[in-house]
Order: sequence, then structure tokens, then C-alpha cells
Amino acid sequence: MSEYRIQGATGEWEVVIGLEVHAQVTSQAKLFSGAATAFGAEPNTQVSLVDAAMPGMLPVPNRECIRQAVRTGMAIKAQINKWSRFDRKNYFYADLPQGYQISQLYHPLVGEGAIEISLDEKNPDAQVKTIGIERIHVEQDAGKLMHDQHPTRSYVDLNRSGVALMEIVSKPDMRSPAEAGAYLSKLRTILRYVGSCDGNMDQGSMRADVNVSVRKPGEPFGTRTETKNVNSVRFVMAVVEHEASRQVDVLEAGGKVVQETRLYDPDKNETRSMRSKEDAHDYRYFPDPDLLPLELDDAFLEECRQSLPELPDAKRQRYEQALGLSAYNAATLTADADTARWFEALLAEGARIQKKSEGEVAKASANWLLSELYGALNRLGKTLEESPVSPEEGAELLALIADGTISGTIAKQVFEIMLETGDSAPRIVEEKGLKQTSDTGAIEAAVAKVLADNADKVEQYKAGKEALFGFFVGQTMKAMQGKANPQVVNELIRKALA
Amino acid sequence: MTNLTDLTVAEIRDGFRAGDFSAREVAAAFNANVAAAKALNAFIVETPEKALEAADAADRARAAGEALKPLSGVPIGMKDLFCTEGVQTTAASHMLEGFKPTYESTVSKKLWDAGAGMLGKLNLDQFAMGSSNETSYYGNVISPWRRGGGDNAALAPGGSSGGSSAAISARLCPAATGTDTGGSIRQPAAFTGISGIKPTYGRCSRWGIVAFASSLDQAGPMARTVRDNAILLESMAGFDPKDSTSLDLAVPQWEASLSSDLRGKKVGIPREYRPDGLNAEIAALWDRGIEWLKDAGAEVVEVSLPHTKYALPTYYIIAPAEASSNLARYDGVRYGQRDLPDGAGLQDMYAATRAAGFGPEVKRRIMIGTYVLSAGFYDAYYTQAQKVRALIARDFDQAFEKCDLLLTPTAPSASFALGEKQADPLAMYLNDVFTVPASLAGLPAIAVPGGLDAQGLPLGLQIIGKALDEQTVLNAGLAIEERAGFAARPEKWW
Amino acid sequence: MSIDLQTVKKIASLSRISVTDAEAEAMVPELNNILGWVEQLGEVDVTGVEPMTAVIPNHLRLRDDVVTDGNVRDKVLANAPQAEHGFFAVPKVIE
Repeated sequence: MSEYRIQGATGEWEVVIGLEVHAQVTSQAKLFSGAATAFGAEPNTQVSLVDAAMPGMLPVPNRECIRQAVRTGMAIKAQINKWSRFDRKNYFYADLPQGYQISQLYHPLVGEGAIEISLDEKNPDAQVKTIGIERIHVEQDAGKLMHDQHPTRSYVDLNRSGVALMEIVSKPDMRSPAEAGAYLSKLRTILRYVGSCDGNMDQGSMRADVNVSVRKPGEPFGTRTETKNVNSVRFVMAVVEHEASRQVDVLEAGGKVVQETRLYDPDKNETRSMRSKEDAHDYRYFPDPDLLPLELDDAFLEECRQSLPELPDAKRQRYEQALGLSAYNAATLTADADTARWFEALLAEGARIQKKSEGEVAKASANWLLSELYGALNRLGKTLEESPVSPEEGAELLALIADGTISGTIAKQVFEIMLETGDSAPRIVEEKGLKQTSDTGAIEAAVAKVLADNADKVEQYKAGKEALFGFFVGQTMKAMQGKANPQVVNELIRKALA
Repeated sequence: MTNLTDLTVAEIRDGFRAGDFSAREVAAAFNANVAAAKALNAFIVETPEKALEAADAADRARAAGEALKPLSGVPIGMKDLFCTEGVQTTAASHMLEGFKPTYESTVSKKLWDAGAGMLGKLNLDQFAMGSSNETSYYGNVISPWRRGGGDNAALAPGGSSGGSSAAISARLCPAATGTDTGGSIRQPAAFTGISGIKPTYGRCSRWGIVAFASSLDQAGPMARTVRDNAILLESMAGFDPKDSTSLDLAVPQWEASLSSDLRGKKVGIPREYRPDGLNAEIAALWDRGIEWLKDAGAEVVEVSLPHTKYALPTYYIIAPAEASSNLARYDGVRYGQRDLPDGAGLQDMYAATRAAGFGPEVKRRIMIGTYVLSAGFYDAYYTQAQKVRALIARDFDQAFEKCDLLLTPTAPSASFALGEKQADPLAMYLNDVFTVPASLAGLPAIAVPGGLDAQGLPLGLQIIGKALDEQTVLNAGLAIEERAGFAARPEKWW
Repeated sequence: MSIDLQTVKKIASLSRISVTDAEAEAMVPELNNILGWVEQLGEVDVTGVEPMTAVIPNHLRLRDDVVTDGNVRDKVLANAPQAEHGFFAVPKVIE
């Protein structure tokens, strides 16, 4: 594995990265209140009296939020703590109505686990690294401050206040921007598989606090900075790159890295110190006396385990080993839960209508999805979820190719018509008369004409220019308007030239 | 004709049902007493119209022959720590001056649903922090009691539920709600010659009660008799899914099961509650209490609660710690007072708002709480206190292996003059020495009047029971009540 | 442990309670007196004792994931010292 090093004036520097990812737990209601969590509502409409911290209001935890965090923990093979507690983190801010955030410091719900990341996209098994997870705990999100609505005032919207977050804390195991990016992508994939977070980074459902420090290789960890609320994989990588080189510059100029909170400005592509939050924080954590310890029983844990889907690593291996897909295709198809779900629906339907095993239809299905369908969606600017062609319709098209009804070339035409009209493949083939023919008489006639029209090329072929075989096939197919069975065409040409 | 304001809750309820008087007559009589007692400063807000409204509803129901509710016809006072929808709720602070909740606390709602009417919001120590009712932003509550011999010094009604205790003993209401964090129901009851019970932690929902210290706060009733306490508590208690610490248990029929026959019960007398220098009159009353319980058939055993002396310091770490966090929400953003000096930023606004909105005792406790939770001190103070608290609870568990209930004094002295202990916070804290241990252990405890001291001031006895055993606590209280025959009442001077 | 003026000011700042120098000075002996008194807890042997977590044995109930609340903006904003356009308003915060 090539190591990432920053070349400084005093030599090489190594960067050390840890990520604290805040992932919004998928749930209808908030962590401690019955208010809704939906994105984009009118200000302060999804706020209960509990979320607004009215006097005498009390928290009651949402089972689903706990369940999703436990399932996430299980997905990264982490230790699940059957006894955990909620603590209060005390600080004053306008987006924090209680004056404290209910979180888990001393006894988190989920303990140590790990995530494997692949660093070579083309060959996902080539460069694998394990990134340790320190813990996952559950906590409340804060509200939102708007600064641009009034010249002298900030406005407070508490719709997000109290929404459940999982804070997923990695160990400082990453050593390059690429590793940080791969880790965040992989984590997002896992969360989406598990269904515990929708992973919508542009809506703030997932955001990362990026801890970065630099050191000379082999030396102890340096002082780290924490860049808050970075909301895309690309930005995380940019933060690591910029923060690491900034720290190297500071150190090489004889300065010291200050342990501080920083903010990333994507427009300027730089990080800057958050001076307003710098006054010495003392969060005075203590167990929330409004809540009892959270004790989980075996039945609860068993349900969490049973409800876990096949996870990306396992799925990728199965695609390679049981379905015979290439490592690259397997990795691409499993990188996102929705893609894998679509693929598996395509596979299941294909196997059903072709009366074959999934393994037998897998390759053709994967190739069609990754080249034909993805190409079309790219052109249309649509996502897989928005695909105008359903997996069932795709499977029908593939079945027509597989049973020789149409050729691959015709299939491309049929697919275009499907995209435009929404008609099914069999209907298009039927209506447009695109069925490929194996009528040897017609094909023989076409072959004879092609060879007769190209007598010079037949000469050349016979003199040893075998590459011309393809030309004869192409001309014959063209004469047949693409509807001839290519195998039959091959056979008949070979016979005629013999 | 009977003076309606001299009736107990049970007598009002039964007399109203029997048709002896109308609910409106009762409400009007108490409203008149409230209006005539401004000198006591027991109420922050008077709501005579609410009392009449509930009374009229009761009268209509009775006229229509409808089934009457448990508290139909009974007006009560509501400690101003319970959020009442549309009626100012201040916790006796400037911070919440003008705050009109858009919701009703679970306990007050249960009482209104049971037919009770509200006479008004009762004064208290600010945010329930105090033992003399001298920390209210709305002024001291004056006890209706005075020392004998022409001493007209204004006395403390106890605290924090001092408005409740003063109002009941002065016949401004037949009963009231209180809350008890370290003795705030029991000590004021003792100071004013009435009864009050703090139920087991978790019996009454805390939802909608302005929080002081979450792991200690419990609502409970205050009234002149043990029976009245049982009646009120039945309506106040019960499972509330909105409070995670609420106990999911059926509410017992405490009133129906009242019995002062204590045969077969063992009464523990904790030796640590009789320190050197215990007030002689208190000690003598305690001895009388022991005899009364024996007379009721109980067996008396000596028990030990070895960590008793650490209860107060434990309490004064845990309660301020929780309070410092619970009171962080008072920041001038969403409700209550806001103090925004010229050019102030957000954090300046917080500091100014909280400096102006909190009184000195509240600030003191927030500061102590902040300190004991701060980095480097958390384990030494808070964790240590929670460990000692576990030991204190264990003391009770071990004592209850030998007995069914404990008998102790309620407070170390009778009521004192306002201002007497204000200069020394510690001296004030010591008032709760006998009440705090049961709070730390979450146990039910009642204060009942036992007699008067030489100056003519009431003294109380406390009965502490096992968790969830309010019945034995009430029964023993009744046994004392029957034998003490406490009939003294303050002479009206206001 | 005894606290000094500096510490009192720091605690006041952490508590977001503004204090004048005179107030802070008056608090020094007051708080020391109370803290000195609670420190007697240090003498209790707590070897093997777990800190209390629940006053009365009880287990934490979990609620179902159902929207049962919210849509009460008027109630939420009813007591606000300053509410505009459906928001709470505070002095401008510079981040």
C-alpha cells in the first residue's frame, strides 16, 4: 500500500485522522418526544413542549431509535452494552433549549467494533484496511439558528431539536484523505443497508467531525484539531488535506498546533478557527436524573439481530463466489443498498421467468444493469430509484435475449423504446416485428447475396485475411435488419466460405 | 351553622354529597378567607373564579343526580410549582414572572379531573429552594402562628411549601398540593401543625412540575388530617407514561384501608436521630410518640441508620448538581424574563437574564451544583455522593428487615422567626436533617402534628415507611393523630 | 479544597450568571463554608459501593415510534420574549 506522506521542508509527515460521525437515526418521532422528524417542515411546527424545554417537561425514550443504534452496532460487529445510561452534556447555546444535550458519555449503548475499507476500487480485495470503531452512542440533535434573516437578530428553529442521532466514533486509524473518504463512504453504505440512517448528507442526515493531527512517522500523536460538521465525502477529504498541510506549515514555522474546533468553508476550501466556541468548555457531564439506566433484554437483542439484512461485505463476497460476478462488478453493485436491492429484484425475476438459477442469469443481469441501465440513467440524469424501467421489466428484456428471441443489438433498440414509451419489451418486439429469425432459408439467401456483392473480400479472406469474417457477419446482420440469430449467421457464413 | 372553612376535606366531600351545603357556598367561604388574608402572603395568584367554576360544576352534577367525583365540591390550593394552563406559574421566581403555561401538570390535572377547584397558586421558596419561605421573589410567607406571650415576631411557615402550610393552617384552604425534595412538604407541615405526606418516589408524576432536583422531587398532599392526605393522594398518584421515573402501579385505596390498629407492626426508632443536643421538647414529643404507637398495638425496636450524618452533605451535592442543570433552561429565549443590556450578545444576555431572574439562594445552589460537576471535581463530589446515597438507602433496607416503619421527629426545632437563619445558609440547611434521608432513599414519609412547645408552637412527628408502603405510613400517622388529639389552631391576627 | 475569587468568577461564568466583583467576593466565604461542610463525605468508606442509579427499583420504559406531538407552534411560542415569523429571536450570534 502506498503511504500518504506530506513533504515538508523538514522531511516527511504522516497524517492521523479520526472521524466522529453524527448520523440521524431513521425514525418517525424524536428521541425523547412524540414530535415528527420529517425534513423541511415550517419552522417550529415539529416541536413538542418537551423539545422546547418548557418547565416541567420530561424525556421518554423512543424504542426504535435505540433499536436502530443496536442494529448498527451489530452490523459493525461491535459489543452491544445491555446496560447503558444517558448523560447530560451541559452548555448554553440558543439552539439547545434544555441548556444540556442528552447524550451518553460514561456508558454508551455500543462499544468497540470495526469497519473494513477497500482502497482500490477496481480490485476491492487488494487493499483492505480495518478501521476501529471506538463506540456508538445515542444523543439529541440541536435546533437550528438562522443568521441571515434579520440584521441584528438570529432566529431559532427547534424542528431538529431532539431528533435522534447516533454518534459513531472511530479510532484514530486513518492515515490519508483517501482512507477517510473510504471510511465515510463505507459507513454510509452500512447505515443505508441497516436502514438506521438515510445517509442524505446534503440534508444533514450525516455529518462528520474530522479530527486531524500530523506527526513525523514513528513519533507519538501530535495535537489534533476538530473540524466540525463536514457534510460530504469530498469535503472530508479536502479538510484532511488542508488541515494536515496547514498544521505542517505551522509546525515547520516553529509554531504549535492549537487544540481547537475549526469550521470548513467549502467555498474558500479552507478551515478556520471557531473563535466563538473557544471559551474553555466544561460540559459537566452527569447521568440524566430524569431517565433510568437503559437495560436491554435478550429478546430485544435477538430481534435486532434477526432483522439485520445481509451486509455489504457478505453480499459482495456472495456475488463473487456464488454468482460468479467480477470483483469490480460485485463491489459496484453492493456499494449502495438500493442498487443491490434493484439488482436482486432483477435477478430473482430473471431466474423465475427464464426458469434458471440466479447464478445462471447473474452475469448478464449485472452487465446490463451496470452498462445499459446506468448509461441510460446517466443520460437522463436520473437515479436508480427513479428509473423508468422496473427490475421486472428489465428481466423481461434480458429473458428475450437469453432465449434468442432478440439479439443484443435489437435489445438496445428495444430498451430505448422502453425508456421512451414505458411499454414492455415483449410488446415492443411483437409490435415492431423485431423478433430475430433463425429461418435458415432467409439467412442463407442474405449470406449468398453478401458474399456475391463482396467477391473481392471473399478472395482476401480465403487468402488468409480472417479478420474479414466479422465484416461478413455485420453485413449479413444489416441485411437482415438485425433480426437474424447471430449464431445461425455465423454458422451459415462459415459453411458458405468453407 | 358550621363554619365551612373549618371542615376537613372528608367533611366537605361528605357534607356536600349529603346536601348539607352547596359547593358554591364552600368555595365562596374559602375565597373570602383567601381575600382577607393578604397579610400572610400565602398566594401569588388568587383564582376565586376557578374555585367557583368547579363548585358550580359540582352543584350542577349533584342537582342532575350525576355520579359525583372523588373531590367534587372541594376547593384546594396549588403550590406555584405546578404548571397550570393559562394561569401564571412562577416557582416564586422573577425569572418566570408572567409565564402562563400552555399545558397542565399531570398532578394538577388529575385533581381537577377528580372534581377539585383551584383557589389560587400558593407561594413557596423560589424554585422550591429553602426551608423558611424567605426566598420567594414575591415576598415572605408569614406563618399564621405566633409565639405566646404577646411576641408578635413574624414566624416562618417552613419551606419550601410554606404558602401551602400557612394557607391550610389559617383555613384559607382545606388542603393543598406540596412538593418535597428534601423535606419541603413535611417540615412546613410540622411548623404549622398540619399533616403532609411525601409518597414513594415515582408515585406522583413529575410531568409539569417545575423541576428542582429530578431524582428527589416528589409531589404530595398537605391537609389538616391524615384521612384528607389519603383522599388527596389517591387523586394525585398514578402512572404517567410521560414521566420515565413514574411507577407503573395501580393506586391503592388508601382511604378505605385506613386503620390505626398497629398490632403486629414493628416501629423502628433510629438511634442516630437522637444526637447530643437534640431539643428537649422535640425529644419529649418523640418519646410520647413512641408511647402512642405502642398504645396502638405496635412493638418498638431500636434500629441504626449509620450513615444518617452524611445525608445532608450528600443532599447538598446531589440536589444542587441536578438543579444547576435543570435550571439551565431559564435563559430568556423561549419564555420568562429576558434581560438584554445594550449591545449584548447571546451569552451576555444569558448571564444578565439569569443574574436578574434568580434570587440569591437559587444562584448559590446553581453555583455549588456547577462546581461539584465541573471537570476534576465530579468524582470527588458527585460520584462520591451517589455512592454514599446508596449506603444511606442500604441503611434503610437493613433497618426495614427489623421493622415496618420508623418514627422520628420531623424537624429539629419549632418554627423560627423570619430573618433568624437567613444570614447563615448552613444553619438553614440543617432544618432538613430528619427529612432528607427518606428523600435520598425515595421512601414514603408523613409529618403529623404531635403537640405544642412551651411557646405554643406546633411540633411534628415523622413516620417513614418502606417503599410503596404508604398505607402503613398513613395508618401510623392516624394512630398518632387520634392519640395526640392535636386541636390547636393559630389565633387569627391577620 | 478551597475556592478563590477567580474560581467563583469561573463558576459564575460557567453558570451564565453575571456577578459584580463585590458579589463574587461575598460568595467566596459562603461557598467555601458549604463546600467545606459537604467535603466530610470524603471520609465515608465507599469501597465496592456502586453509585445509586435508580431511587426506587424501576426499569426504563421505551415508547413506540409514533408521532403523537408537535404542530403546536402557537403553544411553543406563546411565552417567548421575542418571536418573529414563527421563530424565536435572539441577539445575532456570530459563529
